[in-house]
Amino acid sequence: MADVIKKATRESYGEALRDLAGEYKDLIVLDADLAAATKTGIFKKAYPDRFFDCGIAEANMMGVAAGLAACGKIPFASTFAMFAAGRAFEIVRNSIGYPHLNVKIGATHAGISVGEDGATHQCNEDIALMRTIPGMTIINPCDDVEAKAAVKAALDFNGPVYMRFGRLAVPVINDAATYKFELGKGVVMKEGSDITIVATGLMVNEALEAAKALEAEGISARVVNIHTIKPLDKELIIRCAKETGVIVTAEEHSIIGGLGSAVADAVTEGCPVPVVKIGVNDEFGHSGPAADLLKEFGLSAENIAKTAKEAIKLK
Amino acid sequence: MDASKKKELQKLACKVRMGVIEGTYNAKSGHPGGSLSISDTLTYLYFNKMNVDPKDPENSDRDRFVLSKGHTAPALYSVLALKGFFPEEEIKSLRHIGALLQGHPCIHIPGVDMSSGSLGQGISAACGMALAGKLDGKSYKVYSILGDGEIEEGQVWEAAMFAAHKGLDNLVAIVDNNGLQIDGPISEVCSPEPITDKFAAFGWHVITMDAHDFDDIDRAFSEADSVSGKPVVIVQKSVKGKGVSFMENQVGWHGTTPNKEQYEQAMSELTAQLKGLED
Repeated sequence: MADVIKKATRESYGEALRDLAGEYKDLIVLDADLAAATKTGIFKKAYPDRFFDCGIAEANMMGVAAGLAACGKIPFASTFAMFAAGRAFEIVRNSIGYPHLNVKIGATHAGISVGEDGATHQCNEDIALMRTIPGMTIINPCDDVEAKAAVKAALDFNGPVYMRFGRLAVPVINDAATYKFELGKGVVMKEGSDITIVATGLMVNEALEAAKALEAEGISARVVNIHTIKPLDKELIIRCAKETGVIVTAEEHSIIGGLGSAVADAVTEGCPVPVVKIGVNDEFGHSGPAADLLKEFGLSAENIAKTAKEAIKLK
Repeated sequence: MDASKKKELQKLACKVRMGVIEGTYNAKSGHPGGSLSISDTLTYLYFNKMNVDPKDPENSDRDRFVLSKGHTAPALYSVLALKGFFPEEEIKSLRHIGALLQGHPCIHIPGVDMSSGSLGQGISAACGMALAGKLDGKSYKVYSILGDGEIEEGQVWEAAMFAAHKGLDNLVAIVDNNGLQIDGPISEVCSPEPITDKFAAFGWHVITMDAHDFDDIDRAFSEADSVSGKPVVIVQKSVKGKGVSFMENQVGWHGTTPNKEQYEQAMSELTAQLKGLED
């Protein structure tokens, strides 16, 4: 088997912006003094006239993006998730969400895998915050292929989109040649009948690894990749609830308000079965290498497999 | 400005103020004081300055306006109705359930270029519109009115830095310096003064103006047109509640609306002012 290629989705974001700029003339990029980190620097190098650094002023950047969109531009406002969804939340709500403007938010460095920078920069709340804004689309891609496709899908969609990217290099698990991205549609990555693992972002690969381990123990686990957290593919989730009778969710985000909550909402209404959430519990992170943090906070294939076995007993 | 034009604007401004009183009286909520202080400036912009056409409200070459101090929407709605963007009757259902006219400006209302009202945000959107104009090589201008209390918001100064750094000389901000905010005089709450010096230090071209004298308004906006390379701020000295005697310079009329008796008195004062101009 060939070596697994690893790449951070923030890198995919910067490359996709560069690659799509020729076709989409209204695409412009804003950043807040983090172009080297968010990887919009890749775009800046190719299209310096369509890149605007707003300085360390995320609130204004979101408002500028709104004004640009009101005049027909497609701005990609880029910064860390902490500042995009956290600091600028109210501007995103009132200046972008309420007027439903065509602004794309590229939020990188999401989740605990930010690593050494520690709790102040590990944003585990962004999905929860963005989910509460009416009309906001939220995409959390799992790898390079999906991240690039997500940027294109966001460009083709008229309305505000929050895209969540990671700092850590993660395995490329999709095949670029055959991959198709459908906004709002979940992807069954592996069939299974005993339990469904619903995962998003870098946890999709962990879920696939967990399913393999479970298979070896005679447990058939289905793996669903939810790249679009809002609008959620409720139909698929409810079908999985009916067919497998129990769900484990896995996300690199707080267990409050993220994918797990969205899935639980859908299941409660459509087919009440046990839903067990894996994510960052109600606590702050801390400094350390990303891989160690993911393990420590239970965001691993081992923990998914262990949790799945416990969850099956709830059926 | 020639005398007949001036008189026409004065009469229109009087009608705008009547709309402010009509709207806030019927809504039983809203912000008359700061609406009355910007009525002359808005009248000048929409009837003597901006390139806008109610028959073609989405024209991409039009001048833009963002009411960053969005709580004074009654004045904007009143001007837009007089200009013909929607029927004047809509003013009476301001803030009612199912009404077109929301408590704060909403982009889906004809003639409104940006949703606003959470203070400090409109000026950033105005910066984005000005930047878009530059990118597209268009000659439109973007006007935005802020409150003097509003500029206590940090986002305003993020925007001020941005506009100067990007050389947005197609942006004209107007600070409505009526000196009063909800909790009292701006000088007592958390003073943003000296306003002119602050904007100058941020790299803006600063103009001062008497907000209730159309000759001076005309002079200020003409000067704004002559500036290149820098954004322009017009700090307008205004009277909160202007035009209604018992509302003038009173903190209490920021967010209080007239009762029936006060409504009738205000309308009779404004009617008399209009009649005085029509002799």
